[in-house]
Amino acid sequence: MKDGLKIELGRRYRFSASHRLHSEKLSEEENQRVYGKCNNPHGHGHNYVVEVSVSGTADPATGMIANLGDLDAFVEREVIEPFDHKLLNEEVAAFRESVPTTENLCKEIYQRLKHFPKAKLERVRVEETSNNAFEYAGEEL
Amino acid sequence: MVYLTRKLEFSASHWYHNPALSAEENKRIFGKCNNPHGHGHNYTLEVTVAGDPDPVTGMVLDLKELKEILEREITQRMDHRFLNYEVEELKGQIPTCENIAQAIWKLLEPKIQKGRLHKVRLYETPDLFAECYRNGVHPV
Repeated sequence: MKDGLKIELGRRYRFSASHRLHSEKLSEEENQRVYGKCNNPHGHGHNYVVEVSVSGTADPATGMIANLGDLDAFVEREVIEPFDHKLLNEEVAAFRESVPTTENLCKEIYQRLKHFPKAKLERVRVEETSNNAFEYAGEEL
Repeated sequence: MVYLTRKLEFSASHWYHNPALSAEENKRIFGKCNNPHGHGHNYTLEVTVAGDPDPVTGMVLDLKELKEILEREITQRMDHRFLNYEVEELKGQIPTCENIAQAIWKLLEPKIQKGRLHKVRLYETPDLFAECYRNGVHPV
């Protein structure tokens, strides 16, 4: 903006999903050692919180960087609908190739949201539990 | 550099309406926020100041002083007010979270003399917030 200020809009969303941490590149023993109880073959679940931050200029006519309805609909279509109440390992294509740790989940969500047409995606923060959080802002930083 | 953050809460009402748009357009763009009677939120404001701790006091700035600035500049101005009509700095603007955060930045920046204002984050609800900071600064 001309006054040198940057404005971001942040919005929190929720979904619940299950996963299993298991790498094809490791032996059974190594998987057990590295992932511990997260390696349970039956999987386990979390209530994930996704915090999405976008930036832009507040439109003088609306006072908004992006209409929340547009952002909500985009996140719903790209992330919530395909992830909510799913087994991430099996039902999200990206996690057939990579382990669905929350690090990788954060990057996958960023990739899905970076094409939001109404504002610039700044970063994605994913809380796996109230004690674990991960953030990804692309590779420019 | 150390970043210190102080929180405060205030409650206020607002409505979204642009007189340059028709009633139908206002309704379409702003939805239930276009109710002319207004509606309210409990806002939570987080103000982050950056600086080096003073070698004598160990403080970036005295929190008591920051609390007084926030009380005078924000709470007295915005708490239990109808933001559209009672806050001079928001007149002629739609009081969205983005615009309020920016107005708060402009009120606070000149008042913070020790350290410098680094970031303002304003929550309208626990799931919706706006942040304001200087271009080119990493928003720690």
